[in-house]
Amino acid sequence: MSSSKQPASTSFKAPDSSRLQLDEQGRLRHFLTTEGLSKDTLTEIMDVAESFSSVGHQAVKKVPVLRGKTIVNLFFENSTRTRTTFDLAAKRLSADVINLNIATSATSKGESILDTIRNLEAMHADMFVVRHSDSGAAHFIASNVEPHVSVINAGDGSHAHPTQAMLDMFTIRRVKKDFSDLKVAIIGDILHSRVARSQIHALNTLGVKEVRVIAPKTLLPSDTNSLGVHVYGDLRTGLDDVDVIIMLRLQRERMGSALLPSEHEYFECFGLTEEKLAYAKPDVTVMHPGPINRGVEMDAAVADGANSVILQQVTNGIAIRMAVMTLTLGQNKATG
Amino acid sequence: MDTELSAIDIDAIISTMADELAQEMKRKKIIEPLMIGVHTGGLWVAEKLHHKLGLSKPLGEIDISFYRDDFSRIGLNPQVKPSKIPCEVESEHIILVDDVLYTGRTIRAALNEIFDYGRPDSVTLAVLVDRGARELPLHADIVGLKLDLLPEKQVKLTGPAPLALETNRN
Repeated sequence: MSSSKQPASTSFKAPDSSRLQLDEQGRLRHFLTTEGLSKDTLTEIMDVAESFSSVGHQAVKKVPVLRGKTIVNLFFENSTRTRTTFDLAAKRLSADVINLNIATSATSKGESILDTIRNLEAMHADMFVVRHSDSGAAHFIASNVEPHVSVINAGDGSHAHPTQAMLDMFTIRRVKKDFSDLKVAIIGDILHSRVARSQIHALNTLGVKEVRVIAPKTLLPSDTNSLGVHVYGDLRTGLDDVDVIIMLRLQRERMGSALLPSEHEYFECFGLTEEKLAYAKPDVTVMHPGPINRGVEMDAAVADGANSVILQQVTNGIAIRMAVMTLTLGQNKATG
Repeated sequence: MDTELSAIDIDAIISTMADELAQEMKRKKIIEPLMIGVHTGGLWVAEKLHHKLGLSKPLGEIDISFYRDDFSRIGLNPQVKPSKIPCEVESEHIILVDDVLYTGRTIRAALNEIFDYGRPDSVTLAVLVDRGARELPLHADIVGLKLDLLPEKQVKLTGPAPLALETNRN
């Protein structure tokens, strides 16, 4: 998230992304948000991802399903990790990939987003993977593309980051098998986190027993109550008996501002250590979207410990992105 | 429903196929073949063949959905299952098993997928039913049952227990 664009979290009213992303038969045509998607659709995404996970074990780590398709990674905001996994996912599907880092490209010369999109469509692009610091950017592009083009939201402002949320759901399912008995705690900067929003929608749709958010008051959004979560200001109380801990990345640029105390103080209260981890269930699963600020969000011992699935999240992220790309492009072709 | 087809004893056919496969392996001097079944019907047949032949290598299973040639026309089959090939494919002798051999497009896709796991020394194809009307230059080495069907007729294996053949006019 670009530090110049805040605070965006409360200004954004979700447009009808949940409707725009479905075709008349209710199948995914774009992937913009987890909000409003049915349990069946979320489960289908994870089932297809499960099937793609075997591709990584092939000698030739590729399937020909998107051969001849052109996928453009449109990153208006930098993100090495997310872009790399989208890039790799597209390549494993045999698509042709173009990575455009717009921050250093034409828009800085004054070209509008729509002009950029029109130009890329004229080059016969089939899919745009969009990351932007403005909430609603992917929705805006999706409502303006040609009918055969699909759009995937790779993070827009503080609105949504649905592929990150789904790779987290997929990781939880692979470890815990069933959602219905789980207590899940999300810890950190909920206010600015598009990941947390997408996770909360997905967890509630998938029917977990309880979603908790644990954060300092200054980092909680005003609409927490409408999100269907329980709020805790104390880490130890909040961690009591939880099955899954999802840590959020703390934006270092926010440190020391009015919202946050010092890194040291934050770690004292909300940093995950082995001592605090003991309040959760013994088989608790610890997740983090990366990159970790070791010693701020969590101790190295926890990040590298037996309960951590942080590296599995990265691997699962490729399979989830392959699934979403194939499902959206497949449905589009089926109707077009 | 075709009463004639549903009355067929599938188990007896698979037993005959197992005998023929054993002879074929002997003729080709193959000692430890790796059997792979194609989801879903082919895998049911493969499970029975694998058991009857007492093969030492675990059974592999592949779903060819990501290798189909009609993705751009009909999209992804959302019922896709993970492929599991538990051993190395490189330099192995493969027995590929499917339920119904028709246009040959499924086998084309299955061969492509297998070759993405490695380069096998040979592939022997065994099918429960060969219904003709091939669109690709492929043939099966072992055929349980040959059927001569009109193009608009479909034949399908239902299972897993009991296995039965079904036809329907479309």
